[in-house]
Amino acid sequence: MSDARLSVLKTYKLYVGGKFPRSESGRVYEVTDSKNNWLANAPLASRKDARDAVVAARKAFGGWSGATAYNRGQILYRIAEMLEGRRGQYVREVADAEGLSKSKAADQVDAAIDRWVWYAGWTDKIAQVVGGGNPVAGPFFNLSSPEPTGVVAVLAPQASSFLGLVSVVAPVIATGNTAVVVASERSPLPALSLGEVLATSDLPGGVVNILSGRTAEIAAPLAAHQDVNAIDLAGADEALAKELEIAAADNLKRVLRPQPVDNWSATPGTERMTAFLETKTVWHPTGSLGASGSAY
Amino acid sequence: MPTTAPNALSDVTASDGTLRRFLHGLPGVDAVGLEARAASLGTRSIKTTAKAYAIDLAISMVDLTTLEGADTPGKVRALGAKAVRPDPTDRTTPSTAAVCVYPDMVATAKEAVAGSDVKVASVATAFPAGRAPIAVKLADVREAVAAGADEIDMVIDRGAFLAGHYKKVYDEITAVKEACGTNARLKVIFETGELSTYDNIRRASWLGMLAGADFIKTSTGKVAVNATPANTLLMLEAVRDFRAQTGVQVGVKPAGGIRTSKDAIKFLVLVNETVGEDWLDNHWFRFGASSLLNDLLMQRQKLATGRYSGPDYVTVD
Amino acid sequence: MASAFEYAPAPESRSIVDIAPSYGLFINGEFTEAADGKVFKTVSPSTEEVLSEVAEAGEADVDRAVQAARKAFEKWSALPGSERAKYLFRIARIIQERSRELAVLETLDNGKPIRETRDADLPLVAAHFFYYAGWADKLDHAGYGANPRPLGVAGQVIPWNFPLLMLAWKIAPALATGNTVVLKPAETTPLSALFFADICRQAGLPKGVVNILTGDGRAGAALIAHPDVDKVAFTGSTAVGKQIARTVAGTRKKVTLELGGKGANIVFDDAPVDQAVEGIVNGIFFNQGQVCCAGSRLLVQESIHDELLDSLKRRLGTLRLGDPLDKNTDIGAINSAEQLARITALADRGEAEGAERWSPACELPQNGFWFAPTLFTKVTQAHTVARDEIFGPVLSVLTFRTPDEAVAKANNTPYGLSAGIWTEKGSRILAVANKLRAGVIWSNTFNKFDPTSPFGGYKESGFGREGGRHGLEAYLDV
Repeated sequence: MSDARLSVLKTYKLYVGGKFPRSESGRVYEVTDSKNNWLANAPLASRKDARDAVVAARKAFGGWSGATAYNRGQILYRIAEMLEGRRGQYVREVADAEGLSKSKAADQVDAAIDRWVWYAGWTDKIAQVVGGGNPVAGPFFNLSSPEPTGVVAVLAPQASSFLGLVSVVAPVIATGNTAVVVASERSPLPALSLGEVLATSDLPGGVVNILSGRTAEIAAPLAAHQDVNAIDLAGADEALAKELEIAAADNLKRVLRPQPVDNWSATPGTERMTAFLETKTVWHPTGSLGASGSAY
Repeated sequence: MPTTAPNALSDVTASDGTLRRFLHGLPGVDAVGLEARAASLGTRSIKTTAKAYAIDLAISMVDLTTLEGADTPGKVRALGAKAVRPDPTDRTTPSTAAVCVYPDMVATAKEAVAGSDVKVASVATAFPAGRAPIAVKLADVREAVAAGADEIDMVIDRGAFLAGHYKKVYDEITAVKEACGTNARLKVIFETGELSTYDNIRRASWLGMLAGADFIKTSTGKVAVNATPANTLLMLEAVRDFRAQTGVQVGVKPAGGIRTSKDAIKFLVLVNETVGEDWLDNHWFRFGASSLLNDLLMQRQKLATGRYSGPDYVTVD
Repeated sequence: MASAFEYAPAPESRSIVDIAPSYGLFINGEFTEAADGKVFKTVSPSTEEVLSEVAEAGEADVDRAVQAARKAFEKWSALPGSERAKYLFRIARIIQERSRELAVLETLDNGKPIRETRDADLPLVAAHFFYYAGWADKLDHAGYGANPRPLGVAGQVIPWNFPLLMLAWKIAPALATGNTVVLKPAETTPLSALFFADICRQAGLPKGVVNILTGDGRAGAALIAHPDVDKVAFTGSTAVGKQIARTVAGTRKKVTLELGGKGANIVFDDAPVDQAVEGIVNGIFFNQGQVCCAGSRLLVQESIHDELLDSLKRRLGTLRLGDPLDKNTDIGAINSAEQLARITALADRGEAEGAERWSPACELPQNGFWFAPTLFTKVTQAHTVARDEIFGPVLSVLTFRTPDEAVAKANNTPYGLSAGIWTEKGSRILAVANKLRAGVIWSNTFNKFDPTSPFGGYKESGFGREGGRHGLEAYLDV
């Protein structure tokens, strides 16, 4: 009645190249909670939105992969800070999206925030853990270092709309990749809201691009896209995963197949980072200080 | 008439500064790559007719050397006889290119090789250290030339080179060249073991050639590291490039440490595959050596007879 | 260059190797005929002489070999790592003992010079087994968690350019980690793998741990598609690599692919020129250019283009092409008539598209498959010879003006396997190496390999790494 203020609803938009466009298609789809109550209309992203997102991700790749690992760590930590400040909003969205109690949803959001902190700390350590000098038999200094693969298409997990999403996106960008993320089809709202946090965390535009819509429809052009270097199939079912893996073979994308995850809260290992890292090995002659090294 | 740098490069020799800019502008040398190339050429397999050719060529390129405080006229005469006729049992054996002695032994050596094509080379310029006043060095050279030396093996002032006084080194070489007159050819010894880096060896090679060297020579044989395949390869590249740029051909002489036929043949392979047949002649390539000759002779006998020879079948000089 | 110093022929004796008139498939520790009795001939590419007749595996044979490997897996994977290590050390030692024989054999079957099989292939083969032998009982410390488990049966398909070395790259890490293998060597170079089977016998390796199937691409495809294969490792062309990626889609099979390349060898104006020339030659003429990581595109700074090309041409004039068994031969035969036809067609296309072709004066033998060392100048990024992998002794020369442009051109390819940088400026090496999208970068050197050093590509050059600690991951369930 008169004491109930009519709330202002949010128009959910895509997050592409640091901006919040509507879908190029002009279409939306209805997003409901677990009891089928209307929550919002989400953009129904098209092939062209996917294309634009890849362009944005490619454009951002040079700067992001070239940033210092320390800088990337600072920014990932900033994302955690921003999320902490808007914790209430995400608890509400996750509870609605996944039909969880407030306290269960809070556990998910807290774990997601902590996940950003975990990966923030990894940015300047992963190279030391998976790279290093190789004792080659000769007068050479030989160093292997991990480098980001490039543009990674990420199909976010369908069930875990926020913790699952963060768990697959953070490791991709921590190491310097840029990402085109397809949000959970049924529960895209936490993902779309994450864009708002990313946009205010000093993360350069284009590093993470978030699309909502039909996973299979958006994923197909991404899997076939010749300027996408890798794809994480976490959010694909078995049939779709196979189809996408076949399409991905056209330019030999690195493919991370869907793996059963019972509990996204478990401490992640390094696998989600190393799946999207290349090893570059550089050889340098050392030689002797003087010209006296050669004898016979 | 003093030889000066070829016209195209005359402006680089004006001062320490211009020389430094030029010499430090030469391409750098990657030590690992240079040594790998030298080692790779060292795996060439030289057999039968090629080996016979190479052994005779190597014998003809030896500067048979004695540079001892204990050298006597008798020793030098023996050396001269051996240079002229290295293998008394086989007259088809070629003579060596030269004998190499101290200046006070030049006259004796000259007598010993009289009537043959064997040249007399003399080390000079306060060999091997080169640490004497310039006047003394030049006097040393003039005495040797006056005594009949056909070739002068001078040492550069390594101290001046390492201190960056390139102009001083240059001037000294040109002065010695002048003292050689028109008849004596000048070999310039860098003492590569003391220059230490390959970059320095390339720079010294160009400095020597700019100053009028007829030959560039690795070393005196008196320090720990003397001729190596790598430093000789580098000097061959220098004479190749110098001729390409100026049209002037300069010889190369590795000296010290080359003791076996196998080693000598490896050096000839370096010559063959770096500068080619224009240098496969004792006018352009020499070995500064003493014990090498007997090993070449034994290998030659083995090729001729099919059985291994022994030290009692070659002469002790 | 013509010279008075002509090297007399110095052929390595082939009597050291005893090639049987025929060979079977090596399955479960025994040589057996193919189920359908099919055979094919293997020839020496330098003479076209038939060396032997080998069994041609069909699907039934693939199944038999996979079953043998599966059966052997249980015991082999349960062996203490220290015991597996000793088998591998034995194999490494026997390879060293028999290296001259294997070098001659490889030269006969492949056509590459004995200088390379003797000084590069065989030492690397032995070193690779030594390296991975030592890992077998140290896997807990490899950075993949405690007690990492093997995958099971590895199906491995290898190319003809480094037959025994590629076998070593595949088999050594697979066995060290406790997998069993079915390996298919290339159709044109089956012999060294069959000799390796004999080495397994001498080493007392349990039956079925290593199975060798000779045959063509159909056998390889059947092996990769076999449902009981847990791990697929392939080295070869990008086209086949893509087909394999499609085949394994939707399965649990772990895959590593080591595919083609179009490596850029970048020479800056301050390069150590003489060593750069050697590096360029080594980069494209090593193994007749039939090397996935060959430096097949020379990117030279425009300011030194003419000077460098003069030096390069002079150097090519000294290359010695001919009898691969001659110890002084630098350039041997092309591996097959088919490969020769491909190289010839691409080189002709380069000429037709207007690039300038040059080869040193060079007499090609009458019999066998031969292609003269070839340079293309006036090449641009748009030329086919600058884009397609030729896999032969053909170098495309392009120019650049600035480091940025060099990097942009070097990266402008779907491949990303190797690159070279030649400059005396240390900071430039680091800056350029950092920006190149390639898995192996050689600064002031080229085509160096070592078992401790991971090798593999970016982009369409494949994925996964072979060699080093990294190479273990491909064979572990991690």
